[in-house]
Amino acid sequence: MPTAVINFAYLLASALFIFALKGMSHPRSAVRGNFLGALGMFIAVLVTVLDRRIVSYEIILAGLVAGAGVGALLAVKIQMTAMPQMVALLNGFGGAASALVAGAALAETIHMGGPFDLQLTIATALSGLIGGVTFLGSLIAFGKLQELITSAAVVFPGRHAVNALFLLANVALCVMVVMQPEQLLWYWLLLAASCVLGVLATIGIGGADMPVVISLLNSYSGLAACATGFVLQNNMLIIAGSLVGASGIILTQIMCKAMNRSLANVLFGGFGAQAAVKGDDIYKGKVKAASPEEIAMLLENAQRVAFVPGYGMAVSQAQHAVRALAQMLEERGAEVIFAIHPVAGRMPGHMNVLLAEADVPYEQMKELDEANRLFPQTDVSIILGANDVVNPLARTDPKSPIAGMPILDADRSRTVVVIKRSLSPGFAGIPNPLFAADNTLMFFSDGQKAVNDIISALKEA
Amino acid sequence: MELFVTTLTIFVLAIFIGFEVITKVPPTLHTPLMSGSNAISGITLVGAVLSAGTQHTTLTTVLGFLAVVFATINVVGGFLVTHRMLGMFKRK
Repeated sequence: MPTAVINFAYLLASALFIFALKGMSHPRSAVRGNFLGALGMFIAVLVTVLDRRIVSYEIILAGLVAGAGVGALLAVKIQMTAMPQMVALLNGFGGAASALVAGAALAETIHMGGPFDLQLTIATALSGLIGGVTFLGSLIAFGKLQELITSAAVVFPGRHAVNALFLLANVALCVMVVMQPEQLLWYWLLLAASCVLGVLATIGIGGADMPVVISLLNSYSGLAACATGFVLQNNMLIIAGSLVGASGIILTQIMCKAMNRSLANVLFGGFGAQAAVKGDDIYKGKVKAASPEEIAMLLENAQRVAFVPGYGMAVSQAQHAVRALAQMLEERGAEVIFAIHPVAGRMPGHMNVLLAEADVPYEQMKELDEANRLFPQTDVSIILGANDVVNPLARTDPKSPIAGMPILDADRSRTVVVIKRSLSPGFAGIPNPLFAADNTLMFFSDGQKAVNDIISALKEA
Repeated sequence: MELFVTTLTIFVLAIFIGFEVITKVPPTLHTPLMSGSNAISGITLVGAVLSAGTQHTTLTTVLGFLAVVFATINVVGGFLVTHRMLGMFKRK
């Protein structure tokens, strides 16, 4: 196939990728968008396979079949609650693939005896660096989310020095790859060092900061593809890679803003490793526990009910029970909304996917600003597995670790029902005065069981 | 150098398009956006296929093969799981 035709097909694929992301601007157009993206990928791979430089198909076919099998299996089997792990894993594989392709391109150039122009060598070094960090960083994120390793921030004395040392080593090895590209060993050393850097960069970040980490790794996987595009002089790789890179960066920004913390603070702050502050004086004598029957009575007369889901809903798999309760309330004439904080859960949009799985219509899922307009006219807010994102200290205490963080003002609704196992603090390790507020009732129980108990109480009433 | 500037131009313009397009994605779709964009970043598969198929040396073939496997998991898994998720988003 002539090069011009191939490049034309690549242009078409690039345009389809842009349409794919454009489609994501609304749930109605998103399915078609995703399909267009897949079509673009199909076209791109098809014309590449027909490239006349290719001498053998067995190995390509074997790789495609093996990869497609594993990918399809993962996609079909994965539970919606485990989506953050899945995305982390896929990010990692993308980064690894980019680093391997750049390595192969370098080995090929060495085999041909050059030429080693600067664009090739610099881009190769960057592919190795970003690819390695993405690969091992994502595997660590996967391990934390799957709870194969502790999800708390792992901090050790002198970790900043160690991190800096490894960063320096990576930069030095990048320079060596550029200076002596004919020595493939430098590239392998760089890849090894960048993998270690990936581990160091992610291990010190605690569970609830995962939305930022996954967004950032998402961005890296795009940038790795981009760097590989510079290695291969392939514009399609550069375009697709930068689209993904930009997407990840935007999500990272949104997540950081939603926590009122800088990216540097999330990455290096060791948040979530500090000792929890005892809240005895705040809670003492003020916490009111309620029974499912009392809560059902409240709900019977409610005009508007808001659910505030958090990671706890995912853990106790309560989304289907929540949907059933919401439906019951709607049948009784109440308006039901779901107030979703940007960093609720373990990745951007985690709660939305879980609720969508349980057939909650997307019109009922409200963003932070809209939800906060509705809370003052809400009769009952049910907090399910969320904690820091509804902590009023963010508004009132400038010394609090979450000071200035935009929160869901659930405390402004008439009555607040908090479903929680105990008064234990959330990720920020601080007590939540909402639990002791005059208009708050605590229901100490597992999330799913609690919602089912309320449903039965409501049926009997 | 001239070629590099052309490539760099494409890179910078693509980043701009990315920012424009992504800022319009509502928070409800952020998870499918991540898995979908993730699948797109598997485009590196194109480079992997070339490395695996041109068979310059055993090393490049092995690296190419591994890259094809990783990138295909990324592409197929990413698009499929995105499709599965998006199918769940319904109106009233």
